[in-house]
Order: sequence, then structure tokens, then C-alpha cells
Amino acid sequence: MATTEKLLQVENLQVEFKTRRGTALVLNGVNFDIKRGETMCVVGESGCGKSMTALALLRLIPSPPGRIRAGRVMFGEEDLVQASEARMREVRGNRISMIFQEPMTSLNPVFTVGDQIGESLRLHAGLDARQARQRSIEMLQQVGIPAPERRVDEYPHQMSGGMRQRVMIAMALACRPDILIADEPTTALDVTVQAQIFDLLRDLQRDKGTAILMITHDMGVVAEMADRVMVMYAGRVIEQGTTEQVLSQPGHPYTQGLIKCLPELGSSRHAERVELTEIAGVMPSIWELGSGCAFRGRCPHAMARCASEVPPMITADGGHGVACWLTAQPLRRVA
Amino acid sequence: MNPSSTLLTVTDLKVHFPHARTGWFKPPEVVKAVDGVSFDIQRGTTLAVVGESGSGKTTTALAVMRLAPLTSGHITLGNTDVGALQGEALREVRKRVQIIFQDPFSSLNPRQRAGDAVRAPLDLMKVGTPAQRTERVTELFTQVGLRPEQQQLFPHQFSGGQRQRINIARALATNPELVVCDEPVSALDVAIRAQILNLLARLQRELGLTYLFISHDMAVVEHLCDEIAVMYLGQIVERAPRRVFFNNPLHPYSVALMSAVPTVKGGRERAAQRIKLVGDPPSPLSPPPGCRFASRCPVAEPACAAELPPLREVTPQHWVRCRRIEVVGGMARPIIVLQQVA
Repeated sequence: MATTEKLLQVENLQVEFKTRRGTALVLNGVNFDIKRGETMCVVGESGCGKSMTALALLRLIPSPPGRIRAGRVMFGEEDLVQASEARMREVRGNRISMIFQEPMTSLNPVFTVGDQIGESLRLHAGLDARQARQRSIEMLQQVGIPAPERRVDEYPHQMSGGMRQRVMIAMALACRPDILIADEPTTALDVTVQAQIFDLLRDLQRDKGTAILMITHDMGVVAEMADRVMVMYAGRVIEQGTTEQVLSQPGHPYTQGLIKCLPELGSSRHAERVELTEIAGVMPSIWELGSGCAFRGRCPHAMARCASEVPPMITADGGHGVACWLTAQPLRRVA
Repeated sequence: MNPSSTLLTVTDLKVHFPHARTGWFKPPEVVKAVDGVSFDIQRGTTLAVVGESGSGKTTTALAVMRLAPLTSGHITLGNTDVGALQGEALREVRKRVQIIFQDPFSSLNPRQRAGDAVRAPLDLMKVGTPAQRTERVTELFTQVGLRPEQQQLFPHQFSGGQRQRINIARALATNPELVVCDEPVSALDVAIRAQILNLLARLQRELGLTYLFISHDMAVVEHLCDEIAVMYLGQIVERAPRRVFFNNPLHPYSVALMSAVPTVKGGRERAAQRIKLVGDPPSPLSPPPGCRFASRCPVAEPACAAELPPLREVTPQHWVRCRRIEVVGGMARPIIVLQQVA
């Protein structure tokens, strides 16, 4: 049910942090958009800037030391980078909301879950305490928590990890946001619970037309959830396109590596145990980037040009974009 | 090395933890973290124990290391009854069993240099002369893919993957026979996991190591193991050699666990065919009297909740704890069949 209407458009987003070693540019020109009702996945290793992108959209970057140096986050007609703090408070939790990675630490232990779900309803929808409680119970029911009338008065420690994550989702969806940002929503959970949470997100998206920006590091999750994907590396988007394009014809050597480097189910059907394809080395720290492509040190196809110039994002027909000199020169394209 | 000899035998292992009383006149409750687990591992092979959080897989590993108190049961390593050892004898046997922990950040002392951390077991066990130990540390660093000059660095100067290499070097220092790997890659970045998994496989080939591999990741386990045991709420529900299990998983929980894993090839079709489990596992404080999976099992019958089914060998080497599995013409038939996509 994705439409072509662009709900959110991020242009040249740059975020820097002041540190003792100087200014670190942690997001270096991030461009993407999200359409109504679609799921966009952001993939990458820790430190690639995927969580920072999510925080920057909601202007939640700790400042100081961090700040948005340049760029625009167009939400409809409005640039959220320029919006006042009061306006951001109206947007957060209301039009754009977020589910954090750790359901254990991101709920307040001294308030009941009902209070925490109801808070955004009281603030944004102007409900009184009784109405907010009633709505909280409905939300808990929607996310599949049994006996919601009783659970609404419980504290987070009385619930399991899966239930807490459902509470987080109920909280994020209470005001029917246009965009839901989910930062590794299931990393701390077991696979069977993860499957339950994904079903829930899919159902809610179908019913309410919410767009989801999902951050993950699991390519299997991407295949299952995403309409479109963007792959990030060292603060830049290095590849983006539809899930089909990126997963079946990955253009960037890093994306190819990410897809190949983990075993998939079914490996016991092969006669021989195969060695896993490694991505050599580690992601360079922000101080070691230098000029050129950040992946060149780990790239099996690196050439002279990669060290001197940052490859531009070149978008083919159909919206599949790759930032790599190999694909920029079609003759040397690798299979 | 005799490839077919059994290195580790665990028989009816129980680890129960007393839980604080909930009231003055109530009897103290007991968490049955591991409740009657039996398995054995052949020399030079890998047994993977999989299960979700709270299934008792890590407690089983710690009990094998004698790092968790045994309530009952026997652990035999070669000819040694590890479960009965005390004091110096127990310390000595630790040369033969070592562990790699999950979190490479908290399992290294931040104030100890990498070389000293790897050397520590050699010093503690008084292996060789001090000069030989220095040589051995250098050899270990090379073996796990670190540079010998990195011995002087502190843990914070290494990446997550490198720290896990230090952990592996430390575990290998005393030439152990059995290495317990407690989720060795789940705290690492996806791109780094393949490096560590390949390293573990190479070391096993070169040194003839035996692994007890604890994991929750079915795909990693399928790639790495020779035999698999699936745990649920303190008990093994299915145990079989790798190919037998992955070709024909029998227990409804094993099937559900496999179907819950998202795959790149399967994508959305796979998700649509998923076997959905409802709710969470019951509390290990008061496990249900019958089959422990009955409350979430999509094919449970009333009889399942009444009586705990035994772990029985339905076909050679394939053990399953489910009363609904039938054997027809020498073939075990699963109750739920996993749709194989791609």
C-alpha cells in the first residue's frame, strides 16, 4: 500500500560531533525519502550512522557536543531542521514516533505502562486521564497483550521482554503517527517473539498506513519487512533501492559482502561445509577515513581512484543507486 | 586421536536455583534452570545447544564448566568424573575445559594487557617455564590472527572481533580438549561474525578441538555443528545429528524455531507461511506438569498437558520429546511440516 507521495525527504543531512580530537562528521550527506505506508530499512554495522540518522530526524541528537551541520529534513512542506523546539515537541510522539532498541532500558521503571502510553495521548490528543487510560487499554489490546485491563496498571519490570517491546510499540502508535522509526526493535528478543512483533508491525501498518523506517543489521529481516532498503557505511548511504534490487543485484561490494557473509538456513543440504565469505578488516574509525571511499581498505576491488575521490551515488532507472566507482564505470562491473 | 571416542558425557544434569520466598509461611521456590539434561559429545566434533533466552542453555554450559552449582547428575570428561571433583583436582581439570564468553567487552579486564590476559591461564596452571609461556602466547596470537606485537595493547585498543580473538587465544592457552563457546558471535557485528566462525572452524580442524556451542541462531548452528540439541525450559526437546535434524525437524518447537528465522532467500513468502507461536514460555518457577511446550504448541492435545513425554529415540540417533511423533516404515513423521522456501 505504498504510494508515491513523499512523506519525508532528507537532503544532504550532515551531523557533526565536537570531540577532543576535533570535529567528527558522523553523517556526511545522507539523502533519502520515505513514502506513505512503506517500510524503509536502514542497514549497516554499528557506528555507520544508522541510529544517528534516526535521532537526527527527530532532532534528538545530544547537543552539545552534537549538532546538525547542514541539510534539510522535509516533513511535508516543513523543514524539521529549522523548526522550533516547541514545534518539535508537537511532532515527536505524535506525527513521528520512535521505538528504541532496548525495551528494558527505554521504559520508565517508576510509572505504570498505562501512564507511559497515556502520556502522549494527554499531551497531543488532549485526552483527560480517564480517556487516556481507556485508550491505553485499547492500544495494549491492539498490540496483543492479554488481559489489558489488568496489564495497564503494571510496571515494566512485571513484563517479559516481548511484552515490554509491545508496550513500546503501543506507546509509539498511540497517536497514530505518520512515520514510525524502529531502531533495531527486535535485536534483544528471541526469534519466535521477533516473528510476533513483525506480524504486529505489518498488521498495524496495513490498518493505519503508517510508514516505517526500520534500522536493522539483519539482511533476513530486510528481505522480510522492507519495501526499500538503504545501506550505510561510515556516515554515508552507499546503496539504495527496492528490496528486490538490492538483495538480488547488490551493486556495492560492501552490500554483496553483507549478504554473503552469514550462513543461511539450508547449509546442511550442501555436500561440503563451505567456508563463509568474510569481509576483511573492520570499519575504519572516523579519524582514519581520509579522502576517497571509506570502504576501500576492505574492498576486494579497490583501485587507485577509490583512494582519491569519494564515489558519487549514481542512480539507475528504477531508482537503484550505488556509490561505487566500479558501477560508475559500467565496463568494469563485477558480476 | 580416535575420532569416534566420546569426550564428554552429561547424564541427567539438574541445576536448580533456590528463589527467595514470597511470604513467611510459603515454602521457598526453586527455579529449575536445567532439569534433567543428558547428552554426549564425540571427540573433535561440535554439539550445538540451541534455545531461546531462559531455556537453560547457558546454565548447562556453565554447569559443564563447574561454574554453576550442580543439583544432581553426572558430568564425565574422558575418564574423569568432573561433577564429583573438588579443590585442586577441579582446578587441574580446568586445563582441559575452557570457555569463550559471549560478550567480548566485559570478559576482558580493561587494565590487563592482551598478552597478559592470554598468558594468565598458563601462569595459573604453571604450564612450562616462563620463557616457554612467552613463546606460547606469541604462537597463540598468530594462531588466532592477531599480530604478536599487539600483546602490549589494552582491550579498549581492539575492536569487538579482535577482542573475541583474544578470548579465543586465552581459551586455547592450556591446550584444552573441550571448548565451551557461549554465543561467541552474537555480540559481534554481522560483517565480523564470519571471520570468527571461520576461525573457530579452522582451529577445530587444526587442533582437533571439541566444541560445546551454545547459540540461539539456527543458521549459524546449521553451518557449524555436527550434532544439535534443542532446549526448551530446562529440558532437551530434540537431539539429532546435523543433517538428520535439519532435513526433518520433528518437535513442534524446533519447527517453529526454524520457521521464525528470517532469511534473505525466503523473504516475505517465508514470513507468510510462518508457524506462529502465541505468548511467552511459562516461568521456570512453576513449569507445567505435562509437556512444557504444550501451552504454546499449535498441535497440542489434552493429553500433552497431563503427562511429561519422555525423550525417546524415534529413529536411530534422532531423539525427540513429543508424544505425537509417529514412526511409519522406519521414518519419523513430523506433526507440522516446515515449508521449504528456496
